[in-house]
Amino acid sequence: MRLVVASGKGGTGKTTLSVNLARALAPHETVGLLDCDVEEPNCHLFLNPDFDLMERVTSSVPVIDAEACTSCGLCARACEFHALVALPGVPLLLPELCHGCGACSYVCPEQAISDEEREIGWTGSGRVSGMYFRWGRLNVGQVLSTAVIRAVKHAEMLPPLDTLIMDAPPGVTCSAVETMRGADYAVLVTEPTPFGLHDLELAVETATQLGLPCGVVINRAGIGNTSVDDFCAARRIPILMKIAHQRSMAEACSRGEIMSAGDKSFAESLRSLAQDLRKRLSGQQNSELDDASHRVAV
Amino acid sequence: MSALWGRRGAASQPTMVGEKAAVHPGREAIPEPRSAGRAEPTSVPKQLVVLSGKGGTGKTTVTAALGSMARRKVLADCDVDAPDLHLLLDLVPVSREVFRAGKEARIITERCCRCGLCTDYCRFDAIRATANGDGEKPLYVVDPVSCEGCGLCALVCTSKAVDMIEPERGHWMVSDTRLGPLVHARLAIGGENSGKLVTLVREQALTLARERHLDLVIVDGPPGVGCPVIASVAGADLVLAVTEPTVSGVHDLERLMTLVRTFKVPLAVCINKCDLNREMTTQIERLCAASEIEIVGRIAYDTTAVEAQVEARSIIEYNAGPMVDQLRAMWAGIENKLNIIVEE
Repeated sequence: MRLVVASGKGGTGKTTLSVNLARALAPHETVGLLDCDVEEPNCHLFLNPDFDLMERVTSSVPVIDAEACTSCGLCARACEFHALVALPGVPLLLPELCHGCGACSYVCPEQAISDEEREIGWTGSGRVSGMYFRWGRLNVGQVLSTAVIRAVKHAEMLPPLDTLIMDAPPGVTCSAVETMRGADYAVLVTEPTPFGLHDLELAVETATQLGLPCGVVINRAGIGNTSVDDFCAARRIPILMKIAHQRSMAEACSRGEIMSAGDKSFAESLRSLAQDLRKRLSGQQNSELDDASHRVAV
Repeated sequence: MSALWGRRGAASQPTMVGEKAAVHPGREAIPEPRSAGRAEPTSVPKQLVVLSGKGGTGKTTVTAALGSMARRKVLADCDVDAPDLHLLLDLVPVSREVFRAGKEARIITERCCRCGLCTDYCRFDAIRATANGDGEKPLYVVDPVSCEGCGLCALVCTSKAVDMIEPERGHWMVSDTRLGPLVHARLAIGGENSGKLVTLVREQALTLARERHLDLVIVDGPPGVGCPVIASVAGADLVLAVTEPTVSGVHDLERLMTLVRTFKVPLAVCINKCDLNREMTTQIERLCAASEIEIVGRIAYDTTAVEAQVEARSIIEYNAGPMVDQLRAMWAGIENKLNIIVEE
C-alpha cells in the first residue's frame, strides 16, 4: 500500500510519524520511505543514511545563439512566465522565472534557441535502518519544487515494496498535491488546536478532491481542545491513532531520535495502525469500525 | 455538523461588505491619516516578515503577539496555503477579491482532431490520452494540476482546439480586526502561483499602510524555502526567523539563512521552546554568531501558547505565563533593529 503522510499545518508531526512508522514496520516487511518535502527535508536527520544526494535534478533553460538571433522578439512574446525580455540585441533570460516549457524554441523562426539543463536540486536513495529510503532537496533559491518531488517519486526507481510511506510538505498547494497523487490513502497528521483543526479541514478538502480516502492521526493529544474530534465525528473521518502529548517525546524528536526503535509498545501501536490501514484499503473493514478503532499510544 | 464547525466555516468565508469598514466598538481604531499641516516626511512603511523554514515553530503565534505590541501597523498573512492568523483576530470583512494568475489549457473536444501533437510537445505530462468507447483515436484531456499554463500545446495545435483560460486561483481579503487591518488570502486547493498571491497580499498591505500613514507591515510568512517564501522575502526590511532547538529546526533555519542572505535582507532570530534541548540551542547560537545574526528572542517551552490560541487571543492579550515578558523583550529588540534600518 502507498500511504501519504500529509497535513495542512506545518510542524504537526508528519516526519515524526513517517519515520517512526517506517522504522516500526521495517523488521517485518519491505518498507520504502520517500521524503517529498524537498524544500525542507528532515527524514534524513532521523535516519542518518550513509549515502549522499547523488542524482541531479535538472530543468531546461533556453540558450540563444546570438549569431542566429534576429531580435524579432517572438520568443519573449510566447513566454507566459516573462522569463525572456525582448531587447534590441539578444533577449535577456531570467532563469529563475523559466519553467523549461520549450515554447520559446518552438516559436523561434531562426531555430536559434536550444535547451541547456540547469540544476534545480538533488535526489538520493539507498538502504538505511532496514528500509528503502529516497529523498530530494530543492536548491535554495529555486522554485520548481514539484519537479524535484516528481524525481523523488519516480516509480521506476522504486524496488518492490509492501508499504510505501511518502512524507509530504505542509500545505495544500501544488507541492502537497504532487506528493499526494498516486497514493492509496492519506494519513493526515494534526494537533488538537484551532490552527490544527483549520488546516486539517483544508487537508481533508484536498484529499477529497483527489479522491483519496483519508484518516486522522492526532498528535500531542491532550493539549488544546476537542474540536478536532468533533470535526472528525461530524464528517465521519476515522481517527486512526492518538499520540499523547509528552515533553519527553518532543525532546527525543529534538535530538533526532526514532522512538519506535526502542519503545516496543509505540512500535506495536504503529504496526497495528498499518494493519488497520491495510484492512481499510482491502475493504474488509466494516464502516461501523470507523468509530471504534481509536488507539491511544504511549 | 457541530456548532463550532459552522461558526468557523462562516468566519473563514467572509462576504463582500462594501468598500469601507464600519467602526466596531472594542476594536483598536484604525488611525486617521496624519493632518496635512504636520511636517512629516512621507516615509515608506517598514516590512517585517516572520518566517521559519520548518513549519509549526510558532510563526503565527509570534506574529499575533507582535501585532498586539506594535502600534501603527497593518498585518498581512502570507501563508496563503494554510492561513491561520485570522483565527485569532475576530474578523470583520471589509472586502474580498478573486485572485487570477497564470493560465491553464483546456481542450475543446469538438474541435480536437485527436492527433496527439499536444501530448508529444507537453513537457509537464499534463495532457493525457483517455480511452474512448467508440473505438476511434483517444480523447485528450488536460490535467489541471500538472499544467503549468505555458501555452505550448495551443501553439502546436493545428485545429485551434486548445483554449488558454485564466482560472480562479483563490481570493484575497481585507478585514478589520481588533489589532488593526489585516490583508489575507486563500489559495485554491492544489493552486499554483502562490508566489504571485503572496506578492499581491504584501503589495495590498503596503498600500493600505501608506494610505493610512501607518509605519509598519507585519507579515506572517509561509513555511519552506520555495516560491511563496521567496515572494515574502524579496524587498523586506527585516526577516524574523522563528526557529526551535531541534535537529529539523536547525537544518531548516540554515537553509532559510542562505535564502535570506541572497536577498540581502537583514535577519534576526527567535528561538522558540529554547529550553527543549539546550545543546541544540547552543548550536543555533553558534550558527547565528558565525553569521553575525542577532538572536532577538528566547521563548521557553510553555503550553500557555495553546491556551491562548484556544481562547482566540494573542499571548500578549491572554497575558499569562513567562512568555509575555519574553515576547515584550523580543519586541524591544526588533523595534530597535527596525529603527536602525529607518536611520540608515
